[in-house]
Amino acid sequence: MKKLNILTLFIILLSLFSVNTVAAQGGGDISDDEVNAIASELFCPVCENTPLDVCETQACKQWRELIRLKLSEGWTDAEIKQYFVDNYGARVLAEPPKEGFNLLVYFVPPAIILIGAVILFRAFKEWKNDNGEKDAPITEASPKSTRETSNPKDDYLAKFEEELRKRE
Amino acid sequence: MLPSLGYGILVITMLVSIYSVSIAIYGETTKSAAMVESARRAMLLTLPLITAASLILIYLLINDRYDVEYVWSVTNRTMPTYLKITAWWGGQPGSLLFWSWLLSVFTASVTLRKWDRDRELLPWVLVVTGITLTFFISLIVFFENPFKLIPAGVQVPLDGRGLNPLLRHPGMIIHPPAQYLGFVSFTIPFAFAIAALITGRTDDRWIRITRKWTLWAWLFLSLGLVLGMRWAYDVLGWGGYWGWDPVEISALMPWLTGTAFLHSVMIQEKRGMLKHWNMILIILTFNLVIFGTFLTRSGVLSSVHAFAQSEIGPLFFIFIGATFVISFALLIHRWEDLKSGTEMKSMLSKEALFLLNNLLFLSLLVISFWGVIFPLLSELFTGSKVTVGPPFYERATGPVWGALMLLMGIAPLAAWGRSTLKTLGRAIWKPALAALLAPILAFSVGIRNWVALISFTLIALVITVSIREFWRGARARSRKSGGNFFIELWNLIKRNRRRYGGYIIHISMVLMGIGIIGIEFFQTDTQQHLAIGETIEISGYTLRYDRLDQFRHEDGRLITRGEMTLSKDGKFLETLAPRFDLYPDGQPMTIPAVRSTLVDDVYVILVNWEGITAESTPFKVYHNPLVKWVWIGGYLFVFGIFIAVGSDEERKKV
Repeated sequence: MKKLNILTLFIILLSLFSVNTVAAQGGGDISDDEVNAIASELFCPVCENTPLDVCETQACKQWRELIRLKLSEGWTDAEIKQYFVDNYGARVLAEPPKEGFNLLVYFVPPAIILIGAVILFRAFKEWKNDNGEKDAPITEASPKSTRETSNPKDDYLAKFEEELRKRE
Repeated sequence: MLPSLGYGILVITMLVSIYSVSIAIYGETTKSAAMVESARRAMLLTLPLITAASLILIYLLINDRYDVEYVWSVTNRTMPTYLKITAWWGGQPGSLLFWSWLLSVFTASVTLRKWDRDRELLPWVLVVTGITLTFFISLIVFFENPFKLIPAGVQVPLDGRGLNPLLRHPGMIIHPPAQYLGFVSFTIPFAFAIAALITGRTDDRWIRITRKWTLWAWLFLSLGLVLGMRWAYDVLGWGGYWGWDPVEISALMPWLTGTAFLHSVMIQEKRGMLKHWNMILIILTFNLVIFGTFLTRSGVLSSVHAFAQSEIGPLFFIFIGATFVISFALLIHRWEDLKSGTEMKSMLSKEALFLLNNLLFLSLLVISFWGVIFPLLSELFTGSKVTVGPPFYERATGPVWGALMLLMGIAPLAAWGRSTLKTLGRAIWKPALAALLAPILAFSVGIRNWVALISFTLIALVITVSIREFWRGARARSRKSGGNFFIELWNLIKRNRRRYGGYIIHISMVLMGIGIIGIEFFQTDTQQHLAIGETIEISGYTLRYDRLDQFRHEDGRLITRGEMTLSKDGKFLETLAPRFDLYPDGQPMTIPAVRSTLVDDVYVILVNWEGITAESTPFKVYHNPLVKWVWIGGYLFVFGIFIAVGSDEERKKV
């Protein structure tokens, strides 16, 4: 694996030497921002977790020049990205492509969270059913009626003091 | 001589630690208090031992002993002394020693507490902390010896390789220790939880004992995260502070479960509920702490294959697996005993909302965990590597963060036990109305992004609700006593530090949120090649390129320094000097120049990697609105925890 990486890197570097001279002629009117707009959505094919637009290696510099060249030749963003995927694999994309095994990355978390939510909701219902019948009327009726007649500020203070007492 | 002494001490520490674990188990099974006491003292002894070994290492680091491999690999002669000391945690073997030292500091101090009321927990706390310590020390002794000498016959190098330049920053002096402190200190609540499970003391005693430990652990973990963000912003030179890198996420994950734990233990204390859940959370947190250390230490992140080559990776894997299985086996064993009598009464009660909070934090955990391990799974099962980068995490966690903010706005108003829509509505309408000012204001200054507008509303809601809680409490007290409002405010906080410290933390969190929204939605950047005298325009600012200097620093690095004049509407603001340092070993470092205000940051870097020539110099400028609020929130956050961690006045006697 490692050997392969070095080999591809070498080939790219070699090929880019020629590309570079072309880029100087052909990609001159493409601004850095236009290049970075694409590069920021790609990851360096050889380093770990480094976006291509801020990657400091020489290889990455050459890749950015390659993007510049392709842009000057009229390639679209999507075509350039596809070019990188075809040459260096899906790891250059900031997210796995939505196909095959990779679909798992998108579906597993929501599924687990949904299961968690369902468990929590059912637990709530169970808890409420256990106690709800005898307690529910009290919650609704008695405190409210006293609350409406009494001064709301005193009521807050009373509740507040009660809570502090409970803590002690 | 000294290196051998250091290594010898580590071997002895390992043996003492093993002794402590075995004699604690033996003492407990034979009911011999003397044996347990011996185990306690043995554990205490590990602290001076590891301290001695660490001091020897520091001595070697300071004195340029390049016959020791580790010293050679992390220091060189030009490094100032303080950096040579921080090189203690600058590489794998040293940082493992540092980890162990911190653990023994915590373990030793916990053995010194008064155990009268909970003597039965002592042996098991010793066993859990002792096993963890033994694990880390044996990694050092058998695989990552910081005292290892260079091979015999090889000439002692004249100079060392030096610390990685990225680590030569003041932030690096505090960030790793804070992060490690946070990691390590979660061992203590975990040890008590396991001790409670083993002894069957299923009341909330273990939670009460470890409350402070947990808060301190949380403080350090949070501090570690914030300092790490700051360091990245100041040093890494890519315009941001958080890149959803697996290493960052591995530090975030225990924070997520730890935060959930901090909230849900309150339900157990108040209502005696959720005993199982709290156990699960603390077990998860401890495992994630080890997992985080494992991720950054095993090489597994770069590739599953690197994991196989790493000597300590598989051992970490076994340790995590064993901890996980044993902890959950114990939990299942005690499942019936942990059932509680009280039950949930209302879906809108404070405890119900706390549970929802837990669900949200765990959702963030699931997303983060899955995102981190997915590339490994992909490599393992399909052979192809993929990247799970920021867009994935931002999209997936964004709504969850939003929901958490909404909860922070509502939950403080809900009552324990029972709460209805009506009571909640009555409490919330005023702050909610006040909060609407925020999006109106944002809209009037031209913000049209609806996600940002909603976020600003939620942030304002949290702030108004929290401040109102202070105001109402203090006013009620001052009316009753007739005293001064501010004195009563202070008394109020002192009487219930956790609650009011908690509100301060809530406010600090959403202040950080302001900065995060600023950078997420409104960051702009541009990169241009300039000749001297030329300018860059960004978001109303003008940067004029004035000069370029190149000189050598006394420590050998070659500094390339650009100077730019920053102005707005023709008015001079500041001279900015972005820098590019090239270290003698070829390591580059890009230091941004930043002008930071409460409204926005102008962040300039010298894009050295694009090639600097006499004719043209490439600059990249970022406009980062509101980002300073991340740091303001960070400071307030630490203050909030200090409030929360202190003892309530009434409780001091307990």
